[in-house]
Formats: sequence, C-alpha cells, structure tokens
Amino acid sequence: MTTELRAGTAIVGAAESDLGEVGTGRYAIELAAQASLRALADAGLTTRDVDGLFGIVAGHFLPTLDLAEYLGIRPRYSDSTMTGGSAFVSHVHHAAVALMSGSCDIALIAYGSTARSDGRTGRLTLAPPEQPNYEAPYQPRLPISAYALAATRHMYEFGTTREHMAEVAVAARAWAHLNPAAFKREPLTVDNVLSRPIISTPFGSLDCCLVTDGGGALVMVRRDRATDHPVRPAYLLGAGEAHHHKSISQMPSLTTTAAVESATRAYAMAGCTPAEIDVVQLYDAFTINPILFLEDLGFCPKGEGGPFISGGRIAPGGELPVNTNGGGLSYCHPGMFGIFTLIEAVRQLRGTAGARQQPDVHLALAHGNGGHLASQVTAILGDATTV
Amino acid sequence: MNEDEVLAPHAHYLDGLQQRELRYQRCHDCGGSIFYPRILCHHCGSTRLEFARSTGLGTVYSTTAVTRREEPSYSICLVDLDEGFRMMSSVVTIRAEDVRIGMRVIADIEDVEANGNASRRVVFRPVAQ
Repeated sequence: MTTELRAGTAIVGAAESDLGEVGTGRYAIELAAQASLRALADAGLTTRDVDGLFGIVAGHFLPTLDLAEYLGIRPRYSDSTMTGGSAFVSHVHHAAVALMSGSCDIALIAYGSTARSDGRTGRLTLAPPEQPNYEAPYQPRLPISAYALAATRHMYEFGTTREHMAEVAVAARAWAHLNPAAFKREPLTVDNVLSRPIISTPFGSLDCCLVTDGGGALVMVRRDRATDHPVRPAYLLGAGEAHHHKSISQMPSLTTTAAVESATRAYAMAGCTPAEIDVVQLYDAFTINPILFLEDLGFCPKGEGGPFISGGRIAPGGELPVNTNGGGLSYCHPGMFGIFTLIEAVRQLRGTAGARQQPDVHLALAHGNGGHLASQVTAILGDATTV
Repeated sequence: MNEDEVLAPHAHYLDGLQQRELRYQRCHDCGGSIFYPRILCHHCGSTRLEFARSTGLGTVYSTTAVTRREEPSYSICLVDLDEGFRMMSSVVTIRAEDVRIGMRVIADIEDVEANGNASRRVVFRPVAQ
C-alpha cells in the first residue's frame, strides 16, 4: 500500500489567506474560504471541481460541514480530523489515501482562524469539559508551560542552553526578513531574545510563537491529473503519523517525541533519507521544537540539536534551510501552523519562494506537531525528478 | 472493590483527597501503576485494577516557573512518584525558580478556594536530604 501511495498524488494548488491581523469584523471561515479560492485558482480549478473536503475552521464544532455549506461544495469524502496544529499534514496523508482509493478526485484542504483579532474582542469561547483534568488544578500556562517542561528537561539531559534556543528564533527572523508576508521582519539578535521577560522558565516571550490571524489551503489530485494544472506539481512521496499522549504529564519521555516514528514511516514510504532533504519546514511553536524535531527526524543525533543549529546552520545561507518562510516564530501562527509548513514546501519545490528561494530543491519535508508535543505528522514532497 | 471504584475512578480519587491521601491505581495483571485514574490499565488493557495509597515520595522529572506581573512566580512540575507513576503538580514551599530536576519531594494535600468553591489538590515540598 505504501508503495502505491508514493508519488500517487500531488499538491497542485497552495495559498494563504490574508495573514497577520485582519481586524475584528472578519471571521475564521471567511479566511478559510479566501485561502480555498486562492488555492483553487492557483490550480486552475473552482469550488465546483472539489469532491473531497478536508480541514479545520477555528472554533467550529463541525468544520467541514460549515466549510462545504459556505463554499457550496457537496463532497463525497469529508474529513475534519482534529489532531491540533498537525491536522493539515494528517489531512494531506488522508487525502492521498482517499484519492488513491478513488473515493474522491479533487481534494481541498482548508484552514482559517482569527486568533489574533479574537483576543482583541473577547470572542474566544469556552470549551465544555471533556473529562476530569489532572493538570488544571496547578494552572499551567498552556501550551507554553508544557513546552517549557520539555525544554527544561532537554537542558538537563543534554546541556542545551537558552542561547541555543534563542538562535532558533534569530534564524526564523532572518528568514522572515526575506518573506514580505511575514508578521515580524525587523532584525533580531540572541541578546534581544534573552533579554525579554520570562513567561515560563526557560522561555522568554520571543521563545514563543506569534499569535496572528490567517488561513491556508491546498489542492491535491492523483498523479494522472497532476500535470493538468498551471503549476509544477509537488508530489506526495511519503507521509507518516504517530501520537502517544495528549497531556504533557502523560508524555513518556519529554525529550523524544513521536516524530521519531512519524518520520521513519514517511522516509520508508518516500524511499529517502534525511541527508537527501533539500528544505525542512518544522512546526516551531516554541524555540525548543526545531531542536527536538531535527533530532527526532534524523538530521542530527539525539541531544545534539542545540549545537547542531548553532552558528547559523538553519538560518539563510546556512547548511540546512529550516523554516524558510520565517516559521510560527516570525511569519504567522494563527493557532494551527501545520498547513503553512506544506505551503512553503510546495513553493520551494516550485521555485516560487522569491528572495528566500533555495537553489535546486527537489525534496522538501514538512513536519506538523499537534497539542502538547503530542500528534506528530511528517510529509515528504518532491518535484517531478523524484517521482 | 465496589463498582463505583471501578467505573467512576475520578470520584474515588477525589474521595482520597478528602481523606488527605494521594491515590493511584495498580494493575493486577501487569503490575503497572496507573495515573491519572482510569477504567482500564493503559499498559496492558486489563480492567483488573485496584486503588492504592501513595507514600507521596517522588523525584522532580521536569520543572518550569510561571511568571506573573504582580505576584511571585509559581511552580509547575512533573513528579515521578516512587510507586512508578508521574503527575503534574507544584512545589509550593520554595521559590519556583529554585525547583530542580532530580530534587526529592513529598506530597501534601492542599485546600484550594476558587470562586467560592472549596477543593483539594496534591502539592509537593522538598524532602530534607
């Protein structure tokens, strides 16, 4: 089955909605719809062509029902799998399975959120209680404290430093400087990061991702139709998923994530190794994330993520381009960043990433993370030379 | 073991707090420790569980100090109890920034009053070495 999935499908449309701060008069579903229309236009398609619908709209209990109604789509395959910010990488995996089984022919994956503007209006809603919560009595500042616990443990086990993590933020900002759509573009230094107020030790405010508005969308088709569209297809070569826990207090080891498994599955399907990947897009909700994921995805040995990213290795001009759009730390983060890892991977493969375009990109990795280091989903995309 | 203890384990845990006990579950089949309380063993799937009282002795696995503007920071930590389970809690008798991984701690039951509702939670203090 996995060999059939390899390069069986391709992303032929990719777009963001308006990002940053869109104002209090606009709704998440409007951003999801705007991104959808742009991604479909990118693919030379319209909403009428879509028969497979995947996605999440922030705050919606039945997101694909709302999206289909809003867009006038009557899907014969519908999937709003919710695994947190990684969900859209899961949707790409699920869409590939659905396309290859013939359950749909044109898959649209969409996301919208007004997380930033909601914070201005108090429009955030309270979720109903799900089950007894054994963490709430201690008032962890979530999700920050969960990732902070992982960072503290990583520092203890491996000697990782706040300076290492600050370098992650500095690299992201340098990439964002090359991306006109990025929310934060002014220069940033390690000292800037270290001198900001502490939120939850060891994290200062610049160790944490942005809160912006934004949406994104992708269009996927089977390989036989991939060249019917006005763009260079980005073929899905491999995908893998894994999760072991939801609450941080249930995570078996705070320094090894389920990305070890999701990546192993993705590499096996794609038939490639980390050394062959040209650009890497990682879910950087916090500065510890790229360090953990570069280890767990096999770019460096466990525990060496801090020294590995040092000296500008993942920054523009470094050996390994990571988060070339500026990441959740500097480009945008509307609450679920996964779809943006895919959009940037597609652009780098097409050669349309503007000032941040990397030369000779044939293989791109997009890695989504959901919940508190919980859901891990890895996708490997390739251009026509890799099929 | 009554049926409520099996099918409503959260209530049995809360009852333990009322008696100033930290309760966890043990599995008859695999011997594993289970926390938070469940209706099955997440190690092996068995439903043959029984509640036990923890000694409250444990070791800090990780820690973070959450900063507040007007008040002192407070501790969030993960404690590995000697009986083989892990829980989130707070070390309450020292500065949050002074909590260290590897620190030996012991549980206390603390009364909490929030919005007029009284409840209890398990917190920790360092064990004198």
